[in-house]
Amino acid sequence: MATVFIPALLQGLTGGRSKLEVAGATVGEVVENLDRAWPGIADRLVEDGRLRTNISVAVDGEVSPMGLLEPVAAGSEVHFVAAISGG
Amino acid sequence: MSTQYSVIGTRPVRHDGADKVTGRAIYGADFQMAGLLHGVILRSPHAHARILSIDTSKAKAYPGVQAVVTADDFPEAPDKMVDLGEGETPLSHIRGNVLAKGKALYRGHAVAAVAAASLHDAEEAVKLIDVQYEVLPCALTAPDAMKDGAPILHESMRTKELGQKTDRVSNVAEHFRHVLGDIGAGFAEAEAVVEREFNTSTVHQGYIEPHAATALWNNDGRVLVWCSTQGSFVVRDATACVLDIPVSQVKVTPTEIGGGFGGKIPVYLEPVAAILSKQTGRPVKIVMTRRDVFEGTGPTPGCYMKVKIGARKDGTITAAQAYLAFEAGAYPGAMVGPAGMTVFAAYDIPNVTIDGYDVVVNKPSTAAYRAPGAPNAAFATETLIDELAEKLGMDPIDFRLKNAAKEGTRRADGPKFRKIGCVEVLQAMKAHPHYSAPLGGPNRGRGVAIGFWFNVGLQSSCTIAVNTDGHVNLVEGSTDIGGTRTSIAMQAAEVLGIPVEQVQPVVEDTDAVGYTAVTGGSRTTFATGWAAYEAAQDVVRQMKERAAKLWAIEPAAVQAERGVFSSNGHSITFKDLATKLATTGGPVVGRATVNPRGVGGSFAGCIADVEVDPETGKTTVLRFTSVQDAGRAIHPSYVEGQMQGGSVQGIGWALNEEYWMNPQGTMVNSSLLDYRMPTALDLPMIETKIVEVPNPGHPFGVRGVGEANIVPPLAGLANAIYHAIGVRMNRLPMNPPAILQALWDKK
Amino acid sequence: MPGKVHIHTLINNQPTDFLCEPRQSLLECLRDTLNLTGTKEGCNDGNCGACTVLMDGRPVTSCLVLGVEAQDAAITTIEGVAKGNTLHPLQQSFLENAALQCGICTPGFILAAKALLDQEPDPSEERIRFYLANNLCRCTGYDKIIRAVQDAAARMREEARA
Ligand code: FES
Ligand code: FES
Repeated sequence: MATVFIPALLQGLTGGRSKLEVAGATVGEVVENLDRAWPGIADRLVEDGRLRTNISVAVDGEVSPMGLLEPVAAGSEVHFVAAISGG
Repeated sequence: MSTQYSVIGTRPVRHDGADKVTGRAIYGADFQMAGLLHGVILRSPHAHARILSIDTSKAKAYPGVQAVVTADDFPEAPDKMVDLGEGETPLSHIRGNVLAKGKALYRGHAVAAVAAASLHDAEEAVKLIDVQYEVLPCALTAPDAMKDGAPILHESMRTKELGQKTDRVSNVAEHFRHVLGDIGAGFAEAEAVVEREFNTSTVHQGYIEPHAATALWNNDGRVLVWCSTQGSFVVRDATACVLDIPVSQVKVTPTEIGGGFGGKIPVYLEPVAAILSKQTGRPVKIVMTRRDVFEGTGPTPGCYMKVKIGARKDGTITAAQAYLAFEAGAYPGAMVGPAGMTVFAAYDIPNVTIDGYDVVVNKPSTAAYRAPGAPNAAFATETLIDELAEKLGMDPIDFRLKNAAKEGTRRADGPKFRKIGCVEVLQAMKAHPHYSAPLGGPNRGRGVAIGFWFNVGLQSSCTIAVNTDGHVNLVEGSTDIGGTRTSIAMQAAEVLGIPVEQVQPVVEDTDAVGYTAVTGGSRTTFATGWAAYEAAQDVVRQMKERAAKLWAIEPAAVQAERGVFSSNGHSITFKDLATKLATTGGPVVGRATVNPRGVGGSFAGCIADVEVDPETGKTTVLRFTSVQDAGRAIHPSYVEGQMQGGSVQGIGWALNEEYWMNPQGTMVNSSLLDYRMPTALDLPMIETKIVEVPNPGHPFGVRGVGEANIVPPLAGLANAIYHAIGVRMNRLPMNPPAILQALWDKK
Repeated sequence: MPGKVHIHTLINNQPTDFLCEPRQSLLECLRDTLNLTGTKEGCNDGNCGACTVLMDGRPVTSCLVLGVEAQDAAITTIEGVAKGNTLHPLQQSFLENAALQCGICTPGFILAAKALLDQEPDPSEERIRFYLANNLCRCTGYDKIIRAVQDAAARMREEARA
C-alpha cells in the first residue's frame, strides 16, 4: 500500500480525507484503484491516458519523469503537484 | 570515483571563448543567407481590441514587398494540447500569441507581417496595413481583472480548480490550494503575528540580444530555421504545431544566444518567418526591435499577494498563510504554481494554507524569468520573516535557522525535502565577514533574505567520438548561454581522464543530436552534464574492450584511472589507445540519453547593505554578498557569474525596473533608457560564497545554479531599506518616488 | 528612394569603400553591407552600448552614427582588436576572468574599455564603472567585467614597460 496525499481541492471527492492508503505497483494503478474507491478522482488527474496539464506526480519527494508509469513501492508517498519548469 | 577531481572545480577558458571575444560568433541576427528577405511585424496599438478587418492591399502594392501574412495564413488545425517538454499548452494559445486572431489581447500583440528585400521597405509597408479595431476596455492588474464586471479576455475560458473546470466565466484561469495542518490552530498558538499585502510590477528578463529568427521553407518541403533560442527542440516542436506539419519536417539550428533567462523559450517569430518564406520561396529573417521585445515578448508577472505568518515567543513559526494572485498576461500560465510551491519552502512550518490564482490580463503573455514566481513570493515571505524576527527580538539569521527546512521537512505542497542546503547557506551567511562588518554611517541598513528554487531535470542527449589524437568531440543540444559547453565538457573530461581542452564540445541542430530540452530550470550542467558523464562512461567501457583486445584478456580485467588503462603489468594511455582504434574494431563513439531523477533544489541567500538618501529617496547598494548552494561547483567562475548576474537582476527588480503602464495599457517606458536596468555605475562588486552540499542524486553532486540567486535580493534590499530608514516597503520597485512616499506616509 | 552615397573609410586599418543610403546607420552598414557582424545591436537607440565601435579612437554607439558620417573616419570594430592571431590583452583577460556569459555585450565592452585604457593606463574601479556605464550587460552583474578590465590594464602597463 502506498500513501496518497489528496490535494486540498480534490478532498471534496474523498469525503474530506487528505491521506489514503492505496494499492498499486505504478502511479497509474494507484490512480485506478483510487478512482474505484472514490469515483471521479481519475478524471481530475488523468486525461487521454496521461497526467493532466500542469500536474506532475512526486513519489517519495521526487518528481517523476515517467508520470503514470512511475513505479510505486509499498510505503511510498505519492503526491500530485503542480508541474514546474524554470527560466 | 574519488572526490579528488582533476578537472571539476578548475576554471578553464571556455571553448567558445575566442569566437566570442573576436566577434566571430554568430548570434540570431548575424545569420546571413543569399536571397534573404526581411520580415517586419505589425503590432496592435491597443491593449484589448476586436480585430474587425485587416486590409493588406496597400502594403502588398508597396515596392519591394514580397508577401504580407495574417493569422488567416496559418493552417486551421483543430485545437489540442501541445507538450513542449515543459508541460502542456493549448495550441490555440501558442498560435494566437504568434499572430492574433479575432482579438488583440495586449498592446504589442502581433497582428500581421510583411516580407521585403530591404528592411526599410518592410518597415514602410507594414504601416500601410489597414486594421480596423473595435477598442475594448482593458484589465491590467490581477486584482482588477478578478473584479466582477471586469473586461473578459477569453470568452470561452472557465476557471479550473485542479483539473476541474468550473462554470465560472472569468479571467482566473486556475485556482489551486495547498493545505498542511490547520492554520486556525497554528495562528491561535502564535504569540506574534505579522500580515501584509504586497504588490510587484511586471518586469522583463532584459536580455541584450533581441529575438531573431530566419526561416526557409525549402523546395523539398522541409522548414529550416536558424534562431536564437533556449531550446532548439522547443522551437522545432512549436513551429511544427503552429504550421500543422510533422516535427521531422522542421530542422532548427540554434545560433549563439545573447541571453534568455527564460524569455527565449516561447516561439514568437519562427512560424511567421516560415509562412512568409512559404509564400515567397525565399529565406526570411525577422529581428525584433527593443520595443518589440518589451511589448511583444514575455515579461515576468506582476502580482498581488497577502501573506501572514505567526510564531511563538521562542521563535518557532506555527502557521503561515498566503494568497497569491499573479498576472499571466494575455494567456494562462502566470508561474503562480511555482510561487505557491516556494513561498514558504525555506521553512519547516506545521500549519500552512496557500491559495494561488492564475489571472489573465491585457499585458504581454508572461514567460519564465529565472526561478519564475519565486522572487515575488520570497519578497513577501522574507520581508515578514524579518519583521517577525524584529518583533521577537531575534537575530534574523538565527530566527531563520531555528525554522529552516531540512532533509525530511514536509513542504506545504506535499512532498518532503531530500538533502538540501538551507541550513548550510544560512550558516555561511552568518559566518561571512560581511554580516558582522560595521555599517559606518547614518541612513544605512543591512538586510538579509533567503530563497529556494527547485531546479529541473528533463531530457538530454549526448554523444562523444574519439579522435585518433586522443581528443574527443562531444555533441550536445543545450544552447550555451553562459559557458555550459565547458561545464558539460568538464564532466566528460573528468570521466575520461583527459584535460578539458582535449574535449571539443559542439551544440548541434535538431537533426544532429537526440532530443534535448531547454537551457532553463538550472538544468543544463545537471542534466546535459549527466548525459555527458554517461556518454563518457560508455567511451571508457568501449576503450576498455579495445585495451582488452590488445592484451588478449577479458575487458572486465582492465582498469581505467585518470586516462590510463591498465591490467596486470599492461598499461596504455587514452591517447595511445586512441591511435589503435582502426585495428581494434573501428571508431569509438559513446552515447547517452537521460531523463534524470535526483534533481536537487538550490537555496541561496544574500546580505545587502544600502544607504538611502532621505532627501531624494535614492537607494545606493553599498555592499552585496550572494551565497548559494551549488551542490558541486563544476566551474566555480561560472557559478559565481550566475550568482552575480542573478543578484544584479534582483537588484534591478527591487529598486528600479517596472512596466510603467498608462490606463490604456501602453507601456510608456519601452526603451532601455527609460526601463533603466542596472549599469556598472549603479553597483558595487558582488561578493560570492559558494556552498557545496553535494546533491546525492547526481554523479558529481551538481544541483544547478542558474536561478535561486535571483530569489533573495528583492526582500534583502527591502529589509536593508527598512533598517536604514525605518519604513517597510511592500511594493516593487522601491524607486525614489516610492521611498519618498513611504517616508512621508510615516511622518 | 534616395540614391546611395559612396563612403570611404579606414576600417580596422583597411581602406574600405561602401555605398550607403543616407538613412542607414553606421551599425547597419557595418553589419549588413560589410558583413562585420561582430558589432551587435541591442536597442538601436543608443542605450545599450552593444554597437560600440571606435571612431577616430573615440567610442561611439554606431547605431546613432549615420553611415555617411563615417566618411574619411578611422573605425575600429571588434574584428580589428586582435593583432593577427594574438588576442588583445582585454580579449585575453575577458576570457581568463570569465567576464562574458552570453557574450552579446562583449564586443561593445571590449571596445569601450580599449578606448579607456588607450587614454588612461591605470583607471580606478570607480573610473572604469563610470566609463562603462553606457554598456549594458544583463548576465554578469559587471563584477567580472570590471575585474577583467583591471587585469587587462595591469597587463598592458606591464607590456608597455617591457
Ligand atoms: S544598439 Fe546601439 S546602443 Fe544599443
Ligand atoms: S554577457 Fe550577456 S549581456 Fe553581457
